[in-house]
Amino acid sequence: MFSWSTIVENLPYLLQATRFTLLVSGLGMGLGLVMGMVLCVARLSPIRWISRIAALYVSFFRGVPLLVQLLLAYYFLPSIGIDIPPLWAAVCSIGLCAAAYIAEILRGALIAVPHGQAEAAAALGMHPFTIWKRILIPQALKISMPSLVNELIMLVKVSSLVSAVGIVELTRMSQSISAATFRPLEIYIAAAAIYLVINLALAGLGQALEKRLDY
Amino acid sequence: MTSENASSVEITALGKYYNNFHALKNINLSIPAGKVTCLIGPSGSGKSTLLRCINFLEEYQEGAVEIDGQVIGLEAVGGRKMSARRLREMRRSIGMVFQQFNLWPHMTAQQNVAEALVQVQGLSKAEAARKAVAALEKVGLGDKTESFPNRLSGGQQQRVAIARAVAMEPKLMLFDEPTSALDPELVGEVLTVIKDLASEGMTMVIVTHEMGFAAHVADQVAFLEAGELVSCAPPAEIFRNPSDARIKAFLETYHARNQF
Ligand SMILES: Nc1ncnc2c1ncn2[C@@H]1O[C@H](COP(=O)(O)OP(=O)(O)OP(=O)(O)O)[C@@H](O)[C@H]1O
Ligand SMILES: [Mg+2]
Repeated sequence: MFSWSTIVENLPYLLQATRFTLLVSGLGMGLGLVMGMVLCVARLSPIRWISRIAALYVSFFRGVPLLVQLLLAYYFLPSIGIDIPPLWAAVCSIGLCAAAYIAEILRGALIAVPHGQAEAAAALGMHPFTIWKRILIPQALKISMPSLVNELIMLVKVSSLVSAVGIVELTRMSQSISAATFRPLEIYIAAAAIYLVINLALAGLGQALEKRLDY
Repeated sequence: MTSENASSVEITALGKYYNNFHALKNINLSIPAGKVTCLIGPSGSGKSTLLRCINFLEEYQEGAVEIDGQVIGLEAVGGRKMSARRLREMRRSIGMVFQQFNLWPHMTAQQNVAEALVQVQGLSKAEAARKAVAALEKVGLGDKTESFPNRLSGGQQQRVAIARAVAMEPKLMLFDEPTSALDPELVGEVLTVIKDLASEGMTMVIVTHEMGFAAHVADQVAFLEAGELVSCAPPAEIFRNPSDARIKAFLETYHARNQF
């Protein structure tokens, strides 16, 4: 028998854990977006060593599984005397990893803007900074929006990995409650619904943004 | 027309390389103020490259392009590259129109025209908008000011692009095959706009495959082949009485292609 009461009784715990899911993925997104933009600019930099470092960064953070990065941050940082709480280690890992993907998404979008767009502006005597701000970035944002939203949704889902460093977020909490109540079906359905709501909201936000950028 | 609102261009011993490829070879060409110069020649002969050297969208390695006596792109003939700021200043008075229009798709026609007026000339938004509308009216698009480029025909897009350049009140206009990307029935409207501008006494350099147009509006026609300037002469001479066998051959293939 499907037990609604199990869901209702445990919902407060699930929602409490959801706060950590939202916290970790939200802060991770913020960090990822800011770092991703910086990395993207660095990768496109005409100065060789800057673009090389950025490329190395991207290779590392895309090439090593996030779980391994999390465990590295969790065990490695304290071992060299940097003592940060697991929550911050988790946020940093997620954010730094997302930055690598976001940088590549943005770079791809910028490259997709035809060269003539910047050329027409340069021929009018426009400053390179203005060209980026007024011509290139608005077009790149529109191009990258679907992939960016995709990446952010992935990020919410992989945030369950941070339970490996002892943070009790939605997935970890669901496991505990399932074990205690012997009602895994109900609990995981509830957890799935919560993830779905978060990601539908993200997708909706993305769509609204896309519409605003439409022309 | 005085040289106050029309520039003259002096091209001397210009050489341009793409890596090892010698794209322009010792080009010498005078473009008088207020006159229309058409550049013609076979595909790949270097017409676009030469045009783009005039506003330094392409860097050149030998000789110089001087606009009103001022070398563009370099501090002096054979010297170091000029500062980006000086180059931008020089480009303010040079308009350019591209084969592919290169309108900014995220801006309306009016915003496309107003953008540089605000960002480069520092006009207020209201002032720029007024000037943009006036420029669009001049090219016959007074009713399309709020349209985005993807809602305009090719001919209309190219006229917006012309308005965008002309609104800056340039002293020199460069056109790179402005009608080559257009359906045949839209070519006329764009050529008419260019002809009207020419009659106002702006200096113009036009790369074109429209020989009839060149014969009609050009004060001089320059013929390029394989990176060399073969001849520069009044249109009557180039089209009726070409001195060089290469020009004759080019015109013959052109006529053959346009007969059916
Ligand atoms: N960016 C580039 N890198 C290398 N070679 C180039 C580049 N741009 C042009 N070229 C070469 O330089 C030569 C001249 O090119 P250009 O575009 O000026 O010719 P064009 O006369 O304008 O031809 P078309 O009528 O087809 O437009 C061509 O052989 C071309 O392949
Ligand atoms: Mg060309």
